[in-house]
Amino acid sequence: MKLITPEFGLIFWTGLVFVLLLFLLTKFAWKPILNMVNAREEKIADALAQAEKTKEEMKALQAQNENLLKEARAERDAMIKDAKETALGMIEEAKSKAKEEAEKLLVSARTSINAEKAAAIAELKTQVASISLEIAEKVVRGELSSDDKQTALAQKLAEDINLN
Amino acid sequence: MALKSKVNTLMLTVLTVFFWSASLGNTENEEHKGEEFELVEKFHVSEFIMDHIGDAHQWHLWGDHHHGTSIYLPIILIDGGLKVFSSSEFYHGEEKEGPNGQHYIIGHEKGHEYAMFEEKIYKLDNGVLNFNEEGEVTSNRPLDFSITKNVLSLLMGAALMMVLMLSSAWYYKKNGAVAPKGVAKFIEPLIIFVRDDIAKANIGEHKYKKYVPYLLTIFFFIWINNLLGLIPVFPGGANLTGNIAVTMFLAVCTLLVTVFSGNRNYWGHIFATPGVPKPLLLIMIPIELVGILTKPFALMIRLFANITAGHVIILAFICIIFINENAAWGGLSVPMALFISVLELLVAALQAYLFAMLSALFIGAAVEEHHH
Repeated sequence: MKLITPEFGLIFWTGLVFVLLLFLLTKFAWKPILNMVNAREEKIADALAQAEKTKEEMKALQAQNENLLKEARAERDAMIKDAKETALGMIEEAKSKAKEEAEKLLVSARTSINAEKAAAIAELKTQVASISLEIAEKVVRGELSSDDKQTALAQKLAEDINLN
Repeated sequence: MALKSKVNTLMLTVLTVFFWSASLGNTENEEHKGEEFELVEKFHVSEFIMDHIGDAHQWHLWGDHHHGTSIYLPIILIDGGLKVFSSSEFYHGEEKEGPNGQHYIIGHEKGHEYAMFEEKIYKLDNGVLNFNEEGEVTSNRPLDFSITKNVLSLLMGAALMMVLMLSSAWYYKKNGAVAPKGVAKFIEPLIIFVRDDIAKANIGEHKYKKYVPYLLTIFFFIWINNLLGLIPVFPGGANLTGNIAVTMFLAVCTLLVTVFSGNRNYWGHIFATPGVPKPLLLIMIPIELVGILTKPFALMIRLFANITAGHVIILAFICIIFINENAAWGGLSVPMALFISVLELLVAALQAYLFAMLSALFIGAAVEEHHH
């Protein structure tokens, strides 16, 4: 009977201590701790979400980088190709220009040579003509010293010219 | 009161092991067989155990009654004014004998108007205590607010709780919302366990928050005091959570919280149980009303009985040695007592969990929303 008869004094002290504990612990322990735990849980959840997001972003970024790289590569190839083409074109052009020039030179050389030749021939003709004239004059003078001679010559000349 | 009855449990255990290793056999047993009856007379097992699991106005540390060392706790009485004096006034008082051989002690000096019988304080009638024919005291009792062994244990348990929880809280205050270390690392999982598996699971997602502090306090109060009770030496060993006054108070708290949390749906189920014909309500309402009380009543009895039983079993195993007056019995009783002690560690946590969990369950039923 003694065991199951509650003592008033102990109920009083239990009540006092328990209520005080409930009040003090709620105010100074449970609430701050639970708040912190909640805050931390949120922080962790946020961090995880952030990590996931970053991962996605990284993936996107990586894909973008790859694209960029591909583009750059393609561009580079195109540029190299262009450059090569340009170079080849330039060489071709240079070659054809050179050829043209050479041909032009050749043509002009030929023209001038022909002209020179023509001139030389003309000069030669003139000189030959004058020399011929002189010779002819001298000959004529010699020939023409007499009437026979003049006639013979005239005849001979006429024959010569016909032969030519 | 038997002289040996105050010997401390741990001292018993230590002495047991010592004597057990020192004794080489039990040849003496034969010689003592004739005296066995007398020996049992000397050592009252039930008295020893009841003394231990009951409350006291002193905290016995070691030694026997006359040469022992005890902490004498203050006696606080309200009897025509506040009276405060040391319990040594009683323990060193004048022993008297009642009509049926009951021993009681009349206080010295400040306690001269009072007598103590079985650790309870009574007012003296003309210098003696009056007993009825059943051997019960009929004298009046003053209002007794004494700091008994259980009250001191309660205060120490509360102090321990405050230290543990405030240092955890302080850790978070200092470090912010980070992973816990030290005491907080130990306390936090328990707090989260109470919050998630006791409060949230039984009360529901939307309403549990309000009740978490109460459930946390109940859980840690019971658990820490259970554990303190298992320590065989000061500052442990008091049978606080195995005291009906304590479990009654806790159960009443749960009852009050439940009743004051009850919503329309809850009271509707009690006073107009849906689907029950009106005439039957005449029977149902009283049953439901009794049901409100039986739930916390079960809480009270469960905790009280479990903890008290644990103390009784451990003490009973130790007592085997003293019943047989042979230390060799320690070979049996010490391992058994050790086993039960370890089991009690589990029971200490289990009972705290059960009390908190069932409280949450009752509260959950009281705040549950109508969903038919």
